[in-house]
Amino acid sequence: MTMQIADSVSLSSPEAKARAHAAAARNNLRTEPKAVRIAIITLAILFLTVFVVLPLVLVFAEAFSKGVIAYLSAIADPEALSAIKLTLVVAAISVSLNLVFGLVASWAIAKFEFTGKTFLISLIDLPFSVSPVISGLVFVLLFSAQGYFGGWLRDHDIQILFAVPGIALATTFVTFPFVARALIPLMQEQGTQEEEAAISLGASGLQTFFRVTLPNIKWGVLYGVLLCNARAMGEFGAVSVVSGHIRGETNTMPLLVEILYNEYQFVAAFAIASLLAMLALITLIAKTILENHLDEGHDVNDH
Amino acid sequence: MTIEVKNLVKKFGSFAALDGVDLKVNDGELLALLGPSGSGKTTLLRIIAGLDWPDSGEVAFNGEDALAQGARERHVGFVFQHYALFRHMSVFENVAFGLRVQPRAVRKDEATIRARVKELLDLVQLDWLADRYPSQLSGGQRQRIALARALAIEPRILLLDEPFGALDAKVRKELRRWLRSLHHEINVTSIFVTHDQEEALEVANRVVVMDKGKIEQIGSPDDVYETPATAFVHGFIGESIELPVQVEGGVIKLGDRPLRLAADGLVPGASKLFVRRHDMLVGPPGSGAFEGAVQHVRNFGPVQRAEIALSGGETIEIDAPRDRELHAGDTIGLEPRRYRIFAGV
Repeated sequence: MTMQIADSVSLSSPEAKARAHAAAARNNLRTEPKAVRIAIITLAILFLTVFVVLPLVLVFAEAFSKGVIAYLSAIADPEALSAIKLTLVVAAISVSLNLVFGLVASWAIAKFEFTGKTFLISLIDLPFSVSPVISGLVFVLLFSAQGYFGGWLRDHDIQILFAVPGIALATTFVTFPFVARALIPLMQEQGTQEEEAAISLGASGLQTFFRVTLPNIKWGVLYGVLLCNARAMGEFGAVSVVSGHIRGETNTMPLLVEILYNEYQFVAAFAIASLLAMLALITLIAKTILENHLDEGHDVNDH
Repeated sequence: MTIEVKNLVKKFGSFAALDGVDLKVNDGELLALLGPSGSGKTTLLRIIAGLDWPDSGEVAFNGEDALAQGARERHVGFVFQHYALFRHMSVFENVAFGLRVQPRAVRKDEATIRARVKELLDLVQLDWLADRYPSQLSGGQRQRIALARALAIEPRILLLDEPFGALDAKVRKELRRWLRSLHHEINVTSIFVTHDQEEALEVANRVVVMDKGKIEQIGSPDDVYETPATAFVHGFIGESIELPVQVEGGVIKLGDRPLRLAADGLVPGASKLFVRRHDMLVGPPGSGAFEGAVQHVRNFGPVQRAEIALSGGETIEIDAPRDRELHAGDTIGLEPRRYRIFAGV
């Protein structure tokens, strides 16, 4: 090794010399024997195959096990269609609510100094640290007939639990952190200088937000919305507690998958599950694209 | 536009960024705020721009209370230290921003805006960069675009925060000269903040030296260099030799040794003696106020910089002309051609 480097040094230009040294340094850094490297990589691939790829393949294999016709008719079933519709409605409601909340919260946290800021940041993370079942139970505690607001709701004939509002509330609660979490670090990093520049150039608060702040964080917003949406559509625990499982009315897709599976309708169960799996794949691809855009944003920031 | 600042106080927690600042800026002047970091110069600039608010004090533009207006209404062009260009907009749109966000009633039509932006880009000599994005520009180009953007709103006052701070030495020098000639051309009242004395002395009409939230001296570049008002100014501007001395009974003492320097009119007590490095004249041993041994010598073109251990124990650096070569080990006499003594430091 040393001899080879010495040879190439005597033969070539200073740049080649530098390159040879760099290559040697890299090789020296990689101290593990080849066998160990292969073993580690094999282990990683094996683990991913068994725990990630295989289940995904099995979902689709099972869904199509009785043919395409059976798959399509399982999805076209009125109960399945109503579950798909409910899932989309609930996701639309909770994503738009969390988009607004997330923007407001991260704006407040990143651009202003106030007491209780650290507390607010930890509070935003609360839905992540609490089991979704407990989140669901909280809403039952609040809105059920025996709950705190139960009597008042009954008197005014408002149905929250075992209906769309309850499911949307529980989903919103569980998915709240996604948008805020995506935006806070981004906005903190970007600071307030561009906003100050905009205001000193005569822009109003709204003009500053729409012309300067929002364009700077748009990829972060999309990223947060994407993850929020994926979780909203896939949420099981919290929704299961508040939904009441009324067939054709308050079953979302994940709930329906469980019910169908428990009734031994495997093709139907896996057909719905395959839709969720596809959502996951699309999310993954979109996430990768968005992450590239976010990285570009950081580069621009690098003066 | 004149700017008048009266008794401005601004505290961040217990730290006083501005501690009673009074300042008058004349119409069309190019003023430098010079001081070390933490001296409050940027805070003063931001308060004038309306980006920060003082705890107490007054700011007036042409005698009108400026604190009654927000940053948006003040019509002040601000160039940020790190430029703060809008990263998602082209250079053209960056410069056009101030014109596009004007209220509908006074907003110019698209053709007028385009013509004005073109004119500004010509002024900063970067019209060929109109379609680029800030990330594709060099530091010096970003700086000039930031200036063009600030000028687009026809500001009554132009404020620049460390305008050359993030640039390399060569670009700095070019831009300095350019800024001075640009100011000559547009003649708008301008204030720039810097921690670089050379920059302040070369570019500004007047220099305001600040330290610890207070103004130490206001004067022309020559004034602050030739007749520093305080020990801080003498130490901060130009390269100085500082020696702790005692004034006692009409005699100046360095340690126990009386110096052969006039002590007329000096306040008795602990003081500080300041001499410019090049104002120390070298003579034979026994001549002059000081005596010392040359430790070592480095040559910088026309001058030689010598480190000298004074017989009192202090070590100083002097810049001497090369007409008499100094060597390590020489014993020499030193006579300050000019010196200043500040009491109680």
